[in-house]
Amino acid sequence: MSGEYPIVEAEEVTKKFGLFTAVDRVSLTVRKGEFFGLLGPNGAGKTSVIRMMYGFSPLSAGVMKVFGLDIATGWREIRQQIGVCQQDNTLDPDLSVEKNLLVFAGYYRLAKSLAVERTAELLNFFALSHKRQAQVYHLSGGMARRLMLARALINDPRLVILDEPTTGLDPQSRHQVWDKLRELRARGLTMVLTTHYMEEAAILCDRLIIMDRGMILVEGSPEELIGIYAGKSIIEVETPGPELVAFVKQQQVRHEELPTRLIIYTDEEDQLGRVIRERFCFEKCIFRHGTLEDVFLRLTGRELRE
Amino acid sequence: MKSLDLSWRLFGVWRRNLIVYRRIWKVNFLVPLFEPLFYLAAFGVGLSGLVGEVLYAGEEISYIRFIAPALLATAIMFNAFFETTYASFVRMYYQKTFDAMLATPLSLNEVITAEIVWGATKSLLAAAIILLVITSLGFVNSPLALLVLPLAFLGGLAFGAAGMFFTGITPSIDMFNLPIFLFVTPLFLFSGTFFPVAGLPPWAQNLALLSPLYHLVELTRYLTMGSMEAGALTSIGYLAVFALVFYFLSLKTMRRRLIK
Ligand SMILES: Nc1ncnc2c1ncn2[C@@H]1O[C@H](COP(=O)(O)OP(=O)(O)OP(=O)(O)O)[C@@H](O)[C@H]1O
Ligand SMILES: [Mg+2]
Repeated sequence: MSGEYPIVEAEEVTKKFGLFTAVDRVSLTVRKGEFFGLLGPNGAGKTSVIRMMYGFSPLSAGVMKVFGLDIATGWREIRQQIGVCQQDNTLDPDLSVEKNLLVFAGYYRLAKSLAVERTAELLNFFALSHKRQAQVYHLSGGMARRLMLARALINDPRLVILDEPTTGLDPQSRHQVWDKLRELRARGLTMVLTTHYMEEAAILCDRLIIMDRGMILVEGSPEELIGIYAGKSIIEVETPGPELVAFVKQQQVRHEELPTRLIIYTDEEDQLGRVIRERFCFEKCIFRHGTLEDVFLRLTGRELRE
Repeated sequence: MKSLDLSWRLFGVWRRNLIVYRRIWKVNFLVPLFEPLFYLAAFGVGLSGLVGEVLYAGEEISYIRFIAPALLATAIMFNAFFETTYASFVRMYYQKTFDAMLATPLSLNEVITAEIVWGATKSLLAAAIILLVITSLGFVNSPLALLVLPLAFLGGLAFGAAGMFFTGITPSIDMFNLPIFLFVTPLFLFSGTFFPVAGLPPWAQNLALLSPLYHLVELTRYLTMGSMEAGALTSIGYLAVFALVFYFLSLKTMRRRLIK
């Protein structure tokens, strides 16, 4: 029975820590070949969802299915076919770069020759071949992260779960990781990603959810969400005059008043934008496209978490 | 009862520890090689002038002969116990090695079991080296002595499981001082290691019977010298039961600690 089951299917998944509900009835579906994003502020419950996805945390309620199998009973078969890049660095500091991959391959019971072959392949793919013999604590942050990614691919998984794969990396390393992830997507790999970089999610994800306080707020493609919640173009005005604020209110334009800034969301790029530009913007006006970051901040608010 | 989720995959974890051990095998071999020599020099040579002969199992034997087999037993205890306390704690807590393993098809019980089996393996390796040392010094006079190796493995399982149990309930690595002060040190001193249990008051003699190290020391004496106070089968049985009880307790405490 092949059938078109989704790669991941979460139904009303809930995670409680004592009385605290970290994940509250989350339902989501990840389809084959999809790059799926899981966004949300610190403490939103992203890692908790992911840990239930690979069978580390037992569910408090709901059903989690991966490859059509229930994680509660089919966890071993599921884990055999997924790769996980955890949020924390979990590389083995007692082993060399190469041994990290070889030993990990042993946990999947890969044949020795296959393990050696895939290790060489992955070190090459992630530009780590020259560090083969290095101890992992000698690696830079970017190289350690790439090794985490390489390790997540050692078993040739059908699904890769990436919990903040680029946090703490410099722009060069981040772009390099993005390139690699895009290459993997082109090969048809299904991926689930969490990130705090909205640009990253917008570039990589086909579809994503934004969650907060354990619940899903919205779901859609980055373009859809930007279209709905941010608008095509945005005007940011620093220390706006009272006339502009009054004008925006009177015209009932979607906007947000911050202590020193006014953010105006406009859909008609020309008319309203031009009016504002000509009548109010003598300085310190930024005209830009709406981004996923605008969507994120509008939906989850601007106050700090935790 | 829920299935234990155990498979041969656990030897992947065991092998990982072996690879790390082999990397510094010279250092790892040095301790069991020289430590017994230190003890034999200090206690055997230094003290035996004061102590002279010891009455053990109805025979008079020299003090140095009395303690030589005990060094095997205490090394078995220390190797497994320190492996599944400090070393496992570092892997679990600081290196997040177990977290990485639990994203692969390994079960938690396999990881924990492999750690304990690894601790027992270290006991076995140490016992093999010490056995060589004390045999070459002439303190072994029974062909049964080779059975010290499987015994070391059994003793290692017992103390490894006990150590893993403490790892499951110890909040921070400094707190291992407590089980060492309350569990390991009293065992080390009062299990018929450095003086015969017969020298203790009756209540303490009964207490010593509860000590897994007492039974281990007894068995190492039996296998290397051919005589013991207790019964061999009783002692083996006690070690096996002790190992099993603490094995299941350790699975329980580690699950509570790690699975969130
Ligand atoms: N083991 C635990 N015990 C108690 N509370 C926990 C535990 N793990 C997570 N939490 C809480 O659950 C909530 C969700 O945590 P989670 O790690 O899933 O968030 P996240 O979205 O991944 O955050 P971040 O972006 O910071 O990684 C947080 O409030 C966190 O404090
Ligand atoms: Mg997280």
